[in-house]
Amino acid sequence: MKKVLTLVSVLLVVAMFLGACAQTPVAEPPAAVEETTQPLRIAVVSPSSINDLAFTQSISDALMVLKAEMGEGLEYAFTENMFVVDDAAAAIRDYATKGYDIVIAHGSQYGSSLQEIAPDFPETVFAWGTTVDTFGLPNVHAYEAASDQGGYVNGVMAGMLTKSKIIGVVGPIETGDAKLYVDGFVAGAKSVDPDIDVRVTYIGSFSDVALASEAATTHIAAGADVLTGSAQMVVGAIGKAEEAGLYWFGTQADQNAFAPSTVVASQVYHWEGILREIIALRAAGIMGGHTFSADLQNGGQVINLNPEIELSDEIKAKVEEVIAGINDGSIVIPKP
Amino acid sequence: MISDLLSATVIIGIISSGIRLATPYLFASIGEMFGQRSGVLNLGVEGQMLLGSFVAFYVTLETNNVWLGVLAAMGVGALMGLAMAFITINLHATQGISGIGFYLFGMGMSNLLFQKLVGTVEGVKGFQKISVPLLGKIPVIGEIFFNHNALVYLAFLLVPVAWFVLNKTTLGLKIRAVGENPEAVDSLGVSVAGIRYLTVIMGGVFSGIAGASLSIALLNVFQQNMTAGQGFIAVALVYFGGWKPFGILGGALLFSMINALQLWIQVLGIPIPAELAVMMPYILTILVLTLSVSKGQGPSALTKVFEREG
Repeated sequence: MKKVLTLVSVLLVVAMFLGACAQTPVAEPPAAVEETTQPLRIAVVSPSSINDLAFTQSISDALMVLKAEMGEGLEYAFTENMFVVDDAAAAIRDYATKGYDIVIAHGSQYGSSLQEIAPDFPETVFAWGTTVDTFGLPNVHAYEAASDQGGYVNGVMAGMLTKSKIIGVVGPIETGDAKLYVDGFVAGAKSVDPDIDVRVTYIGSFSDVALASEAATTHIAAGADVLTGSAQMVVGAIGKAEEAGLYWFGTQADQNAFAPSTVVASQVYHWEGILREIIALRAAGIMGGHTFSADLQNGGQVINLNPEIELSDEIKAKVEEVIAGINDGSIVIPKP
Repeated sequence: MISDLLSATVIIGIISSGIRLATPYLFASIGEMFGQRSGVLNLGVEGQMLLGSFVAFYVTLETNNVWLGVLAAMGVGALMGLAMAFITINLHATQGISGIGFYLFGMGMSNLLFQKLVGTVEGVKGFQKISVPLLGKIPVIGEIFFNHNALVYLAFLLVPVAWFVLNKTTLGLKIRAVGENPEAVDSLGVSVAGIRYLTVIMGGVFSGIAGASLSIALLNVFQQNMTAGQGFIAVALVYFGGWKPFGILGGALLFSMINALQLWIQVLGIPIPAELAVMMPYILTILVLTLSVSKGQGPSALTKVFEREG
């Protein structure tokens, strides 16, 4: 009897805990009854939290933009912190079952789950990123971020600002849009002066804030006077750049306000353009098969300069020139 | 290239990085060691650290008082320790599984509170560096050892204090005896449950401080899941250190300095793939564990439920 009691109480406690980690839906209340047209329903499943100042925040911000535009015409739900792929798969299937029109799997780790789920729901539009692979399925779109473009622009500015000719990069894991960004950044800095030493560290984690911070400290001790980095664990590294009075370049979301005297510019992802295209395609009866790229040309990538930091006219002009060059194809970012 | 590693800048950098990185491990591992020496394995350290880390951050943000932040983290850690003690000691739940439950709870709860109460990543004015008078002025040595924030000093002071408590006090004797032979201790009229409650709550308190050392002393920021597995490394370090405070100190420093070394290897462009460099501290830990830890060295009653006969 005692054993049963123990088991039950443990299970209850664990269940309670798991409940606490489960989704925090941001779902809108059901639309008013008198409404004649059904609102469009979009659901997003994402690995980290909507205020990570990085990848997940970028898609959440895009939904906010759409919501502001479409008002009652859009209903959305968001499941965040799905770093466990199996949980994410369950959430994706759940949204499809509940009849959401568009289900977005915002993480390149969700691919194989989506490949399995999408064929079961031919009436649902799925989109995932960052990737280019639609698996040849008729109801799956793919989207990626051309983060090497913003990386290149940031790199050019960093190259013009560095005095020690040493620039430090704090990367997470050498993959996906983080790798693209870093490669673009290195190419941009080198385009200013090939002698600039851009030192790249990958810390092997998207969440280890302490190690990212030590990586920044190490770069600074080794002589770097301009730093950048990608993914949500860089917040500690930005702090170290701030302490040392150095410059930082941000990516994924706008980090300018986080350290106004330190962050020179942020490359910001704007997914709303791609979301609009997906919605328009669906209205035209096209459920999938497209690959989208968020870049500087289509407004999917935007370089936000921090007004708190005085940049010389030379640098400002160069930024415009480089962005125009990337857009018209006269600047081709070399792949390493 | 390899010879670049032998410059003064690099060596100073590695040792001082190592000292900073070791700080949260020391708090968490020493706390965990007391629990394990009394027979309770707590795998929930990571969750306690995360919640402690958030609470310290939030209280400091609201009150601008870092010590209140630490106090709040200790309180939250103590509460989680209390719950862990109740579930494992009174309800006889399996220690490993309940620990995982507390890890998930701490992670989910810290995320939720962060989103509801703070909303966005922002910085906080945490503990400032204190240069120890005189000692801090010694060239090189002063920079490496005597130019840290208060929690770093406390973490290293904790080691001899923990050694003293464990080996030279009656309480320490009781803790060790409960972990080796609870039946004998019980027959002498000492409460096994009482001692275990004490050590598990104490472990929670130290894990809370470990979390605070990240969010308001070393990094001065909170980000979801920011402990990134350090709580589990802390548990491994207890085994690594042979359940002894100075062993844990050695393990924590070794692990942290190898981690600092691999960062320098990458920064200096020494041609070792980043993936391999990142693995170095973990490979080393596993190697030392397999080579040094012989079976039966740990507390005999570790993870075993104690039930009074009759």
